[in-house]
Amino acid sequence: MGKDQLIQNGRRARFKKNFLRNWQLYLFMMPVFLYFFIFHYIPMYGVQIAFKDYYATLGIWGSEWVGFEHFERFFSSYYFWRLLKNTIILNLYMLVLFPLPIILALAFNELRNGAFKKWTQTLTYAPHFISVVVVVGMLVAFLDPNTGLVNHVLRAFGLDAIPFLTSPDWFRHIFVWSGQWQTLGWSTIIYLAALAGVNPELHEAAKVDGATRMQRITRINIPSIMPTIVILFILNIGNFMQIGFEKVLLMQNTLNSETSDVIQTFVYQTGILEGQYSFAAAVGLFESAINIVLLITVNQIARKVSENSLW
Amino acid sequence: MSKFSVSDKAFDRLNFLFVLLVTLIIIYPLIFVISASISDPHAVNTGKMWLWPVDVTLEGFRRVFQNDAIWTGYKNTIIYTAVGVAIHLFVLLPASYALSRKELMGKRVWLWFILFTMLFNGGLIPTYLVVRNLQMLDTIWAMVIPGVIGAWSILVARTFFQQTIPDQLVEAAKIDGASDIYLFIKVVLPLSMPIIAVMALFHGVALWNQYFNALIYLRSEDKFPLQLILRQILILNEVSADSASSAAGSAQSFADQIKTASLVKYAVIIVSALPLLIVYPFLQRFFVKGVLIGSVKE
Repeated sequence: MGKDQLIQNGRRARFKKNFLRNWQLYLFMMPVFLYFFIFHYIPMYGVQIAFKDYYATLGIWGSEWVGFEHFERFFSSYYFWRLLKNTIILNLYMLVLFPLPIILALAFNELRNGAFKKWTQTLTYAPHFISVVVVVGMLVAFLDPNTGLVNHVLRAFGLDAIPFLTSPDWFRHIFVWSGQWQTLGWSTIIYLAALAGVNPELHEAAKVDGATRMQRITRINIPSIMPTIVILFILNIGNFMQIGFEKVLLMQNTLNSETSDVIQTFVYQTGILEGQYSFAAAVGLFESAINIVLLITVNQIARKVSENSLW
Repeated sequence: MSKFSVSDKAFDRLNFLFVLLVTLIIIYPLIFVISASISDPHAVNTGKMWLWPVDVTLEGFRRVFQNDAIWTGYKNTIIYTAVGVAIHLFVLLPASYALSRKELMGKRVWLWFILFTMLFNGGLIPTYLVVRNLQMLDTIWAMVIPGVIGAWSILVARTFFQQTIPDQLVEAAKIDGASDIYLFIKVVLPLSMPIIAVMALFHGVALWNQYFNALIYLRSEDKFPLQLILRQILILNEVSADSASSAAGSAQSFADQIKTASLVKYAVIIVSALPLLIVYPFLQRFFVKGVLIGSVKE
């Protein structure tokens, strides 16, 4: 018997002993194991239909391999560039607004009136709990060309009413800023927690040296919460191309599809509504692939530049 | 020195105004919806009502309560939320506890197994096919099982258990002959009420607000949750707002139907958000706590 064999036997015996003594702990893991296996790992296995011609009667395994046919069809279709462009622009737009919650958190942090701080925080968190259906419903009501409040205001200033929700030019602005309205306050929580951990001695020392409030924010507060900022930025990139697709779907109509058609809505359209499972799975896989590449790249860069990273 | 304190005061004032302005912009739409729900729709639609209620009426709420579809949706949402939260806790708590215990072997493998799903997933279509093959389409199970738990919740709950359940407690109980199941139910769970509340709230809110799973997995209208009914009323403008009167009065003028539509719109938003609006002020600190425990690991 080799040395490796001995070690392996020892390990096996140790595990057996451990399992007999703690089998209930392994039982505790069962629901989680089953859930992730069935609803995450089986779909990962099922992704192969992107390279097949899936027929329900043949099953995933029995359907015929077609290689990259669905990908080629997608890349060469006339809507490919439109979908890609819309998806990227929409997500870049959201990414550009990434600093807004940081600014608000810094402002909250400087407030000296405790009651005012508490009230403004409570009120700005509130929209986070409103469902996306209601948010879009409010947009429909507020932006209606005839009865909506916004167009009443425009008319009061002698301007023409704008059909916001059916206009391709307005879709991105409305989507992104209504999203900010919903998440701005809530997103400050993590930054506020990080700010609460800033060493007060740094501020005392800076005060003695005559630093202004603004200087203390830029030289002490912002550098102190930089690790948090970097991590959240990477996580944001990790969701790149996926954020808010359910809201896009609700806001989409035939008149604004020129800018509101994104990859995810296209997957829904072709897969769920039209039943082209293989083709839609290929499009979805293309998107996941971009996501992973982005996440890994940004994580690598962050590790080099700032020494903060997810792994 | 006095120069600094003057500029400090100016800074404080500007900062106060900035926060005030942001807060007002954020709450204005909410105030508008509340006021519009009890105002005369004509005043709302012509722009006369812009802040406080005008010509107060409860007609909108009356019609919402008469609407069968809304009631059915409400009932379905309550069932889906309650069942979904129960299953969520059943899957989440034992596993997170086990993962917090040093006796569990293969922890790295378990964690990778769970965390990998954050990085990569099969996507919409393969997941849909699994749900379909399990014969879950158009059943309550499609509403509560897919998405019942995420890697993030497990990490948060595990961190909580690691920090609150001392090893000595577990060891002492085991020496006394307690089994893991007994220990978990009688000792660990009673000590874990804060994390149970936080997790139930987060998942409950998500279930209450979700519409997309219902959109792809449900067919029959009598199973639709409230959010799908809201989508029909608010976004698709399919107003069967007052089934009784609209059937009787197709001649009852188109204008009247539009009036009903806008009456119901704002009232239905309030009614749907009511449970959250009521509990939110009391539970806000729990929600905040949840976010914070989640960020500890990072």
